[in-house]
Amino acid sequence: MSATSELETRGLLRWMWRQLTSMRIALILLLTLGLAAIPGSIFPQRSQNPMKVQEFFTNNPQLAVWMDRVKLFDVYSSPWFSAVYLLLFISLIGCVLPRTLQHLKALRSKPPLTPKFLDRMEFYTPVADSKAKSLDIAEAWLKKRKFRVRRDADSISAEKGYLRETGNLLFHLSLILILVAVGVGALYGSKGEAILNVGERFINTPTSYDNLSFGKFQSEGSLVPFSLAIADFQAKYDPATNAPTDYLLKVNLANPVGSKEVTKTIKVNSPLTLGSTKIYLQANGYSPIVTVRDRNGKLIFQGAVPFLPQDGNLTSSGAIKIPDMTPQVGFVSTFLPTADRTASRGAFSSYPEVLDPRLLFSAWKGNLGLDSGVPQSVYRINTSKMVRIGLKALELGQSYDFGTGTITFDGWKSWVNLQIVDDPGKMYALLGALLAILGLISSLFTRQRRIWVKQGDGIELAGLAKNALPGVKQEIEELAKELKG
Amino acid sequence: MSSRTYAYLSNYAVYSAMAVFTVAFIAYSMEMAFSVKNVEGQKKTDFDFARTENSGRLGSLMTLLAFLLLTGGVAFRALSAHRVPWGNMYEFSITGAWALSGGFLFGIIKYRLRWLGVPVTFVSLLTLGTAVTVLYRPSAPLVPALKSTWLAIHVSAAIISGGVFLLANAVAGTYLILDTIESKGPRPAWAAKIPSLEALDQLSYRLVAFVFPLWTFAVIAGAIWAESAWGRYWGWDPKETWAFITWVAYAAYLHARVTIGWRGRRAAWLCLFAGSTFLFNYVYVNIWGTGRHTYSGL
Repeated sequence: MSATSELETRGLLRWMWRQLTSMRIALILLLTLGLAAIPGSIFPQRSQNPMKVQEFFTNNPQLAVWMDRVKLFDVYSSPWFSAVYLLLFISLIGCVLPRTLQHLKALRSKPPLTPKFLDRMEFYTPVADSKAKSLDIAEAWLKKRKFRVRRDADSISAEKGYLRETGNLLFHLSLILILVAVGVGALYGSKGEAILNVGERFINTPTSYDNLSFGKFQSEGSLVPFSLAIADFQAKYDPATNAPTDYLLKVNLANPVGSKEVTKTIKVNSPLTLGSTKIYLQANGYSPIVTVRDRNGKLIFQGAVPFLPQDGNLTSSGAIKIPDMTPQVGFVSTFLPTADRTASRGAFSSYPEVLDPRLLFSAWKGNLGLDSGVPQSVYRINTSKMVRIGLKALELGQSYDFGTGTITFDGWKSWVNLQIVDDPGKMYALLGALLAILGLISSLFTRQRRIWVKQGDGIELAGLAKNALPGVKQEIEELAKELKG
Repeated sequence: MSSRTYAYLSNYAVYSAMAVFTVAFIAYSMEMAFSVKNVEGQKKTDFDFARTENSGRLGSLMTLLAFLLLTGGVAFRALSAHRVPWGNMYEFSITGAWALSGGFLFGIIKYRLRWLGVPVTFVSLLTLGTAVTVLYRPSAPLVPALKSTWLAIHVSAAIISGGVFLLANAVAGTYLILDTIESKGPRPAWAAKIPSLEALDQLSYRLVAFVFPLWTFAVIAGAIWAESAWGRYWGWDPKETWAFITWVAYAAYLHARVTIGWRGRRAAWLCLFAGSTFLFNYVYVNIWGTGRHTYSGL
């Protein structure tokens, strides 16, 4: 590389840096960030609702593939969204760091010299027949009001409200802290979910989870080694509106595994905290208990199968899969906690509590397709290789003979969905947020202003309000009154 | 009194407030429409305000009465449900209208804001009208996710911020209309009482600068609550996303004014844009959006 081209490159880089840290570009980036966030609120996002994304793919296959290429289903982790906020933060750092150094310097030095001609400044006020030693009086007056004062032979330059710039810088530095905290949480955290029936025990190892994701620098060994048993779950409903009013979950916690169990309560707004790990109650539903026997009465399956709630009255749908029979059997089912029926709607649930339960299903035989290698939903049955053999609605205790065996509706249990989250960056984000508000308040509500006093033939006063807040005029009037002979 | 009695009282109070707001709206409109140009050569002002002064006063009196009725409406709703009255969109709306009219009354006393009477009473009527027709839900207990002290903190901060953002929007909108009119000639009689363009420009900035920290706080309080209720402090839920967009838009507005020195039309448009993101969040995300801020039955 020749000397001139190197110079050009450096010039170009410097030019780019200056552009990036200019306020105009920062403003454009800020607005772009707002615009870039919009698509994520319009299209379904994998991070929030992968099912909805799947649905979108089914409904608009071609469009979806194209949209997926530009990351419209992962907006907030997409390269283009990241690019905008990273550029914005580089611009912010490039702007705030020099200003911080400048401000630190200003804090240690005296206010700048008094301008030569005060009559050109704002709030210019000449004081006719002023007192003797006016400058001393003015200096005392300003110092009493906590102004930073520079006293020269025939003038005073005073400034107050440094807190404004301090707050401004604190605010912007706090934003950087928040971004770092978000990054720490994403890299060193973990997040998983598990559906558990009442009575079941959960041991905090990766295999216990229904889904679990780790940050880049986090591994399986970092999970807190606790175990918990679902002791009891109570849901209360408002009889007038059928809306839930309270969920109460009791667990027996052993931390670490094997230690003495203690009973803990988890509610929707009060998770269970273990260090930086928190356990949340996210959802709940019903698991009907069924028993399946073959023709000879041999027990094939017995247990509670979690069903997914479909509406506010907890009409729940699910799948009972019996792979250990030949041919295989499956029941595409609906559980109604309080069964009701009208001619137009057919069977439905009229109340979310279990008052008059029914288990409705269509029975299928054939191949459940569990060995095909394609992951299957536990709530659905792929009936493409099966034939339907019957329809039935069972009351509690009733059985149904499906030819090669019987199924009995024995009862029900509640299930809860626990979300277990470890976010070590959280406290820093909170700290950043609180400091940001402090900074914002002091930068927007502090009046920064200068007042000058000059001794010539008489006394002259002037001032400068650095932000638009009022008050300088009154201060100068007061000072003028003080100095008047 | 029983919950049901309180619920009825609340509804009557809200309907009465609407009737009284209508009277206030008509009175304020008359004040504007009939303050006509006076005889030539009058010294102090070109306009005769005396003939519409009583109409304007009636408007303010009626707004005060409507505000008191609405206070009752909100309070009775709270009493009937045994909780803060911010559980669904109907309740946000009546509280929002209450906050807006309360802020306006304060503005009349402190800053002589009576000239904003027409837009403020109109927006209040519109909010209440939508609330009682589209959004009404019977008074009911809260769903578990809303049972938190953060409900009172987060929602009140958001409602107050929203009210002040709307007020700033009204001022910026007035600025744009008057600026267009003034570029063609002198102000018409109905606009004579409205402050100068510079004053409007300053006022909308002051309102935003005053409430921006509160909005920041509302978002942060929401994040703290989300952390305890949903297991994460930020998840790009549509409501969160739009709250963020509103925040970014107002941050851009403040930078444009303070650092770059935008004034006048450009600043007013940016202010309107930022305010519309807030409105969009309230209307679109609550009604048509999906996500965790949409509770069954709005």
